[in-house]
Amino acid sequence: MTTREGAAQRLAEGARPDTVAQQKVTNLWLDAWRRLVRNKAAVLGVIIIILLVVIAVFAPRIAPYGYAEGDSNDNYMTPLWLTKVLPGHVEKYATIGDKFILGADYLGRDLLSRIIYGIRVSLPVGLMGALVALLIGLVYGCISGFYGGKVDNIMMRIVDIMYAFPTMLLIILMMAFFKTSFGGAAEPSTPAYTFNQINKVVDRVLGLEGGGMLFIFMGIGVTAWMRTARLARGQILSLKEKEFIEASRMIGASDLRIIVRHLLPNIIGPILVSVTLSIPSYISTEVFLSFIGLGVDPPTPSWGSLISDGVRALRSYPNQVLFPSIALSITMFAFNFLGDGLRDALDPRMRGTS
Amino acid sequence: MGRYVTRSFLWMFPVLFFISVVTFALCHAVPGGPFDREKVLPAEIVANLNRHYGLDQPLWKQYADYMGFTRNPSGQFAGVLQGKFGPSYSSRSRTVNDIFAAHLPVSATLGLAALALAVGLGVPLGVLAALKQNSLWDYLSMGLAIFGVSVSPVVLGPLLILVFALALNWFPVAGWGRFEQVIMPATALGLGSSAIIARLTRASMLQVIREDYILTARAKGLDERVIMVRHALKNAFIPVATILGPMFAMLVTGTFVIEQVFAIPGMGKYFITSIGNRDYPVVTGAILLYAVFLVFSNLAVDITYAFLDPRIQYS
Repeated sequence: MTTREGAAQRLAEGARPDTVAQQKVTNLWLDAWRRLVRNKAAVLGVIIIILLVVIAVFAPRIAPYGYAEGDSNDNYMTPLWLTKVLPGHVEKYATIGDKFILGADYLGRDLLSRIIYGIRVSLPVGLMGALVALLIGLVYGCISGFYGGKVDNIMMRIVDIMYAFPTMLLIILMMAFFKTSFGGAAEPSTPAYTFNQINKVVDRVLGLEGGGMLFIFMGIGVTAWMRTARLARGQILSLKEKEFIEASRMIGASDLRIIVRHLLPNIIGPILVSVTLSIPSYISTEVFLSFIGLGVDPPTPSWGSLISDGVRALRSYPNQVLFPSIALSITMFAFNFLGDGLRDALDPRMRGTS
Repeated sequence: MGRYVTRSFLWMFPVLFFISVVTFALCHAVPGGPFDREKVLPAEIVANLNRHYGLDQPLWKQYADYMGFTRNPSGQFAGVLQGKFGPSYSSRSRTVNDIFAAHLPVSATLGLAALALAVGLGVPLGVLAALKQNSLWDYLSMGLAIFGVSVSPVVLGPLLILVFALALNWFPVAGWGRFEQVIMPATALGLGSSAIIARLTRASMLQVIREDYILTARAKGLDERVIMVRHALKNAFIPVATILGPMFAMLVTGTFVIEQVFAIPGMGKYFITSIGNRDYPVVTGAILLYAVFLVFSNLAVDITYAFLDPRIQYS
């Protein structure tokens, strides 16, 4: 049965107009979906992201070695094919051996395996950033925009103050605070102990023991919600004066119902686009943090720490920087393609704008 | 307009006050003290050091002294309000003011160079793309746009070194002080922002050139170049101007990573090591200064905004 027939039948059965509106919404989403699927770059982005997820999940099976396992006799071992491709004269001083496809790092650990495990850092960071932006930012913005007046004023002033913080510096300071306060051993039944236990569970779930992933999530979450909050508030402000909201108020709908059933479906499109387009910035924040040594704890591999290690050997072993960089860039391209595609699909008028 | 600016100006003070409180509290909440060493110092020495730096005072008093609200133990008002950021606990020969004077200008120069590159490259590309829609220029600038937001400075920095310093030998690998040493770090830092600006300029230009007043200007027989620069670009620049403030702030703090890649003696290294050393005055001072920077650049953007488009009314 086609959707139109379905709607007609439900109308005939005396369904409430509400369901018809619902039907309209699904059609809108279906439309957007069709536009998205036609967008080749966006589809490519989705395929890459799915591929990355699969590789991350099956990392222990796909990676030839463990991320921490290495023999210092193998340090900087470079395979033959690389010595021919790389600039300079790697073959003169490097140990040549085909044990590692992309070479080994300064401790003789397999670069490829470390890059593969690095997906387990970058993807969850992007996802958690998006989740915080969506959950906290959306709720915050909705409350602020919907209730308006004094509530709105105070809530938006708080966001203004947060915006005045130099974000990167705040995150660096927060990371230091989280790591030293919650990272070490602590007395049971203190907050520090609880955080420490949660952190261990998160690390175990991700398969990165001792990585300290929870603290990175928290550091990025601190500032991730503000943009969405502002966006959601603005959208709600302009929508809540519309007739259909007045109408639902007249028939006695509760605030929660108005927000969830009538306002949210109308604003979720732009929010989703903004959140998707923010994912690369969360990923790059983590890369920055790990690059300057305040991100994941070694030996957990993050693309940021891999690049940081690689920069030190840039002149002699460019492969140490190149491969993690390629992995990072491909991931960022994928999310940007998807975000752009989503925007074009959800709001064709916005095509080509930022 | 005047009232709006005054109000934004006055609003800065509570914001900065709040930031100073939060930063100060957060710094002191990090466990450990500035005199924790691997080799434990005798308790009396630590007590003396703490007394010397006023760290034995209650926290609110330390804060008030630091900000210069109250007289410090030596009986003077010597705090941030008086322009004194206090002593650095880890480098005895230099005060925090000395450290800032030596390293902040470096970071600021790099940030400004990156911003100049972002605007200088982004705006012309965006305009070209809009005027010659669907031409080679358009695809080029949109390609750059997606490249710029996807390739992080962390990637771009080493890549530029590999290609332009090691392979082609056009620029020095690292270091600071000469003009040619600024180009690569500024490019690595600013290319992403130039992509954002190019995109925004293109979109806003496309919108503006369809406005009626452009048609009027053409009907008057004005020179096409005059129309584009005086009428179109001036208005198309408004959305671009709004993001310049936050962008500058992002670039100035983003230098931390680039400084490490190119071995540039900026604020980045000091800030990060100071957090590790619990050198509270350096950390709090740096965050406060950057916040002042940020707030002022946002204010400046607001004023530019009104100047560019007289239709904007402030209430």
